[in-house]
Amino acid sequence: MKFSDQLEQRFATMVTHYPTKRSVLVPMLLYIQDELGAVTDEAIHEIAQRTELTDLEVRNVISYYSMLRTRPVGKYNLQVCTNVSCLLRGADDIFEHCKKKLGIGNKESTPDGLFHLEEVECIGACSWAPALMMNYEFHENLTPAKIDELIDGLKKKEEQ
Amino acid sequence: MADVTLTVDGKKLTVPAGTLLIEACKSTGIEIPSFCYYPGLSLQGACRMCLVEVEKMPKLQTACTTPVAEGMVVTTESDKIKQARKAMLELVLANHPLDCPVCDAGGECELQDMTFKYGAAESKFMDLKNHRDEQQWSPVVYFDRPRCILCYRCIRVCGEGMDVWALGIQNRNVGSVIAPNKEDHLECEECGMCIDICPVGALTSGAYRYKTRPWEMKHVGTVCTHCGDGCKTTLGVRRADTGMEIVRGDNRDKSGINGDFLCIKGRYAFDFANSSDRIQQPLIKHEGKFVAATWEQALDRIASKFKQVLASDGPTAVGVIGSNRTSNEENYLLQKFARLVLGTNNIDHHRTADFPAFASALAGNANATASMRDVFDAPAILLIGNNPTDQHPLLAWQIRTNVRLHRAKLYVVNSYPIKLRRQAAAFAQIASGSEGSVAQFLGGNDAAGDAAVTPQFSREALSQLRDELKNEKDLVVIFGSELRGNDVTALVNFGLAQGAKFICLGDYANSRGAADMGLYPDMLPGYAPVASATSFHEDWVDEIPKSPGLDLLQMVDAAKEGKLKALYVVGSNPIARYNVDPFALSKAFVVVQDMFLTETASIADVVLPIANAYEKGGTFTNTCGDVQMLKKAGEFAGVRNDFECIVRIADRMGYDVHKLVPFGGGGTRADMGQSRGAQSGEADRHAVWLAEHNLEPKMSPYDPTAMLDEIQRLVPGYDISRLGLLSGHDEHTQLVQITGATGSGHPELVLPSNDTLFTSGTLGRYSPTLNSVMERYSTTAAQVAGD
Ligand code: SF4
Ligand code: SF4
Ligand code: SF4
Ligand code: FES
Ligand code: FES
Repeated sequence: MKFSDQLEQRFATMVTHYPTKRSVLVPMLLYIQDELGAVTDEAIHEIAQRTELTDLEVRNVISYYSMLRTRPVGKYNLQVCTNVSCLLRGADDIFEHCKKKLGIGNKESTPDGLFHLEEVECIGACSWAPALMMNYEFHENLTPAKIDELIDGLKKKEEQ
Repeated sequence: MADVTLTVDGKKLTVPAGTLLIEACKSTGIEIPSFCYYPGLSLQGACRMCLVEVEKMPKLQTACTTPVAEGMVVTTESDKIKQARKAMLELVLANHPLDCPVCDAGGECELQDMTFKYGAAESKFMDLKNHRDEQQWSPVVYFDRPRCILCYRCIRVCGEGMDVWALGIQNRNVGSVIAPNKEDHLECEECGMCIDICPVGALTSGAYRYKTRPWEMKHVGTVCTHCGDGCKTTLGVRRADTGMEIVRGDNRDKSGINGDFLCIKGRYAFDFANSSDRIQQPLIKHEGKFVAATWEQALDRIASKFKQVLASDGPTAVGVIGSNRTSNEENYLLQKFARLVLGTNNIDHHRTADFPAFASALAGNANATASMRDVFDAPAILLIGNNPTDQHPLLAWQIRTNVRLHRAKLYVVNSYPIKLRRQAAAFAQIASGSEGSVAQFLGGNDAAGDAAVTPQFSREALSQLRDELKNEKDLVVIFGSELRGNDVTALVNFGLAQGAKFICLGDYANSRGAADMGLYPDMLPGYAPVASATSFHEDWVDEIPKSPGLDLLQMVDAAKEGKLKALYVVGSNPIARYNVDPFALSKAFVVVQDMFLTETASIADVVLPIANAYEKGGTFTNTCGDVQMLKKAGEFAGVRNDFECIVRIADRMGYDVHKLVPFGGGGTRADMGQSRGAQSGEADRHAVWLAEHNLEPKMSPYDPTAMLDEIQRLVPGYDISRLGLLSGHDEHTQLVQITGATGSGHPELVLPSNDTLFTSGTLGRYSPTLNSVMERYSTTAAQVAGD
């Protein structure tokens, strides 16, 4: 695989930040995923070569982190926190509502490829629980109404 | 390193600083249970079985990752620890299938043993077990996921130990699972290290799985019969229709030079011995077809025909070809048989290294050869030529482990980018085929260096290499069969000047033994020229023919011309190995001793079915010169060993076998006229030697140890500790020449076998395991090429 100019540039600068090449692996995987929607087989091979690791070692790392994935998910990835603080403030209901609204279950995508739903552990927004992350965007103090607003808003944006 | 004193369970002990607590405890006889800790591999700290209490530390500590410290007070048995161990085992067992009754590891499983000793009899887990079906990852490796206890030993031994890195771990915590490098299968060296290091039955082998229970086998530690490295392998045998069948090979006896290591051949390629292609009866050719015969008929036929040829055409009309896989005793006996019974020096074998040139270059220097153990801890190693990863897997392991654990400095000189370059401090990729020139250059011939230079490897780099090497103390120099004749001499002279030790690489299990025992037309055992006055001349009752005989290719030519009328081939397949036209031998009377109807056996007039090295006693000498004892493990109905056959043919020919094998007294030449010393008077030299060494005379002409007695008495370098040999130890011989005469190397006769990890000469073709692995990798290669 050929890296895009942007990835190429990121790699070139980041590789100088660490004492060993392999250390640049995790941040690079994130950048790759942002660009491609997932870490594809070709990308795994490319980054393995560059960091002098085996493809298997790269896969080991990807499988360890739940935020890294090898298959693309919906365009809007809703990660709903159901960890303690959020749980105490009704995260379960929020999650159930999301499921119903989107008509999909945990770790599933809508058929139109727009939405992906995922139950995750603490995202560090406990003070504003219950919370979710939509791609890199935080949505806090959630209520079912706020969820509807968010999802409907995104749908509308797509229709335009 | 400085010593540290600590207290364990009230006992004071002193160990070197840096020692791990678990090892310190072991040294004083205290067992700390452990799963993930494995000596020689990196620390993992994954299983938490090794928890101990250390005074002033608030929590239990893992003994496998804690180095000792001065004044440390450690408790290894307490209620708290007991409770912790129970809890750890309960967790490990939570998703364990407990299918011990059908598990390969049942009866020799570390999890069973730990649960028995430290575990709780109850479990609080009520959840359903998460089942996964067994997976086949390669012809050799199977994985039973639910049995895995996630100790990471397999990953580490494959990566750190083998430098293959084919196993990994996917996901995390309860979802963690061992994964092969190609998603659902493995592409690797198929060594089986991961299988044998697995403490439970999660990794199992295609060769052994579901075959038997461990306690139904008898275990015999013997020497691998494949490459020239001499790994000790423990064979598990059990009764079968054909005698004793070998069902498993492993290295649980870690006392061998190979320690933990075995490659696929030592571990799984014993299966040629159970091949249905084996010959079980002597065969005599009758009108172009083989007809089964009795041993009496076959031996009579051989003896009478040999005698007839000797009477009509004389001893130059017979020839003998020996083997790289028969024992030292058999090789020694065979050349003695050729020289005394047949009266000819027409004897040779498939040469895979120029050992005579090596012996002559060493010129009697003692302590100039390195043993396989030396490679494990030498501070610096120079490897010229060869590809040990394929051709000498144990040697490659020793080098890798030495670099990894002792930071040895490795110099690799090769015309290919061989895998060991990854461990090398300096890798010189020289011009194709210029290994010999590099040797000459090192030896001081500056002009020779030009031939080795490539755009990537300059003249200056070559000179720098020589300078660096000159500064290496206790260097071990290892060279492949690319170096022959004068090149060997040049290299040896270079190294000797700085006290280096050498290893000359030959290909098969007893190639070195065949050379040491004199399977040469121009050399007696110990590389002594046939014409020189040697102790063999003094000792053997009959005359040794004076002029050198024909080498292997000359014998074939002579047979083609009709001059060589009888050929005796013992455990060799020259037709396939040297690409001989089978028709060339059609005029001669050919006798073959072999396990299989090889290309050579098929054109023979008489074929004798033979036992292999796993089915007999004797000794092998590995390529370094380490001698080890073979122990009889398997048994195959209908076959005899080569030793017995040779003796019986001599007997049928009317030769007094006492003169061939020193048994029961008499037969060796008595010494007359000496008035002093151990050999004074009319003492029988052999008897004197036996008495000196506290050994008994042997009672049977078929006892190979009788021949070993003579070898140890007469062959230079072989006077090694019998006690050591008998207890299964490897004893290093020194290549010391009888006379200073130069052994003519005949470099052109050296034909390397070029075996890979998955081939083993003619023998390998009869191993189903090796065949299945080769098939697998050749089809993968074809698919890639087709893309
Ligand atoms: S068989 Fe050997 S090379 Fe293959 S995965 Fe196991 S340890 Fe690694
Ligand atoms: S497969 Fe065996 S060696 Fe590998 S982690 Fe599991 S239990 Fe340990
Ligand atoms: S390295 Fe050689 S001696 Fe050792 S197991 Fe493999 S083939 Fe046998
Ligand atoms: S528990 Fe939900 S953000 Fe911390
Ligand atoms: S042996 Fe110490 S943690 Fe496994």
